[in-house]
Amino acid sequence: MTALIFFIFAGIAVFCGVSLVVQKHPIASALSLIGVMGSLAVLYLQLGGEFIAAAQMIVYAGAIMVLFVFVIMLLNAGAEGTSLEGSPFAKYLGIFLLAAFLGLISFIIQAMLPARPGVVFGEWRGGTALEIGRKLFTAYLLPFEVTSVLILIAILGAIVLARKEI
Amino acid sequence: MIHNAVPTTWYLILSAILFGLGVAGFIYRRNIITVFMSIELMLNAVNLTFVTFSYELKQVDGHIFSFFVMVVAAAEAAVGLAIILTVFKNRHTLMIDDISSMKY
Repeated sequence: MTALIFFIFAGIAVFCGVSLVVQKHPIASALSLIGVMGSLAVLYLQLGGEFIAAAQMIVYAGAIMVLFVFVIMLLNAGAEGTSLEGSPFAKYLGIFLLAAFLGLISFIIQAMLPARPGVVFGEWRGGTALEIGRKLFTAYLLPFEVTSVLILIAILGAIVLARKEI
Repeated sequence: MIHNAVPTTWYLILSAILFGLGVAGFIYRRNIITVFMSIELMLNAVNLTFVTFSYELKQVDGHIFSFFVMVVAAAEAAVGLAIILTVFKNRHTLMIDDISSMKY
């Protein structure tokens, strides 16, 4: 069951990722990116990350993508014309080299990690909000506070950049 | 071939594929918003690696790292989109080939 769900959502993620790269219109790319983020949230859930899956859906697929879609609509961004005119030879060679590269990456990753018992859903349940909160407010308290300052700076920067007179 | 347990390496391979797609989009696309979305795709791929190793080592630290990556990505999206808005207001274009005055 775990493998079936992994294959379904990994397939959706790769399909939406390819769609993000090859789509001409930015709105279609944004919707593909939402598909990638949703399927990654399911995979996080499978890996025992309840909190991080919820945060992925709320922060990434919710807030950030709403911001993207809002800016695309606001700027009325249309379909782009391809300015990169490659030869068909380069295209076919590129597909071959991409397949070879992915095979090499897969082989290296398989060879570097020792064989372990695989991922089973529900076997490790350490990613709850309780565990993350406990760690975040004890061991990672300083990065947490620095992050709040970063958010404040980002708010000020966005306000300054979006003023009228720049 | 379908076992119940999924090897951890498959998650890492999926993460590598998504990161490669992000790099391809970053290089290939001409629209500045799509380039920005490719960066977000790369950040997502790295998050998947963090969560996978967090499962592998049975420690929650990877989740916290990926949470920080999310927060930084949110801040970056706010500032980056504000920069894109300003560029569009001044240049009236979104194609990165036309916005090259800082290139040399």
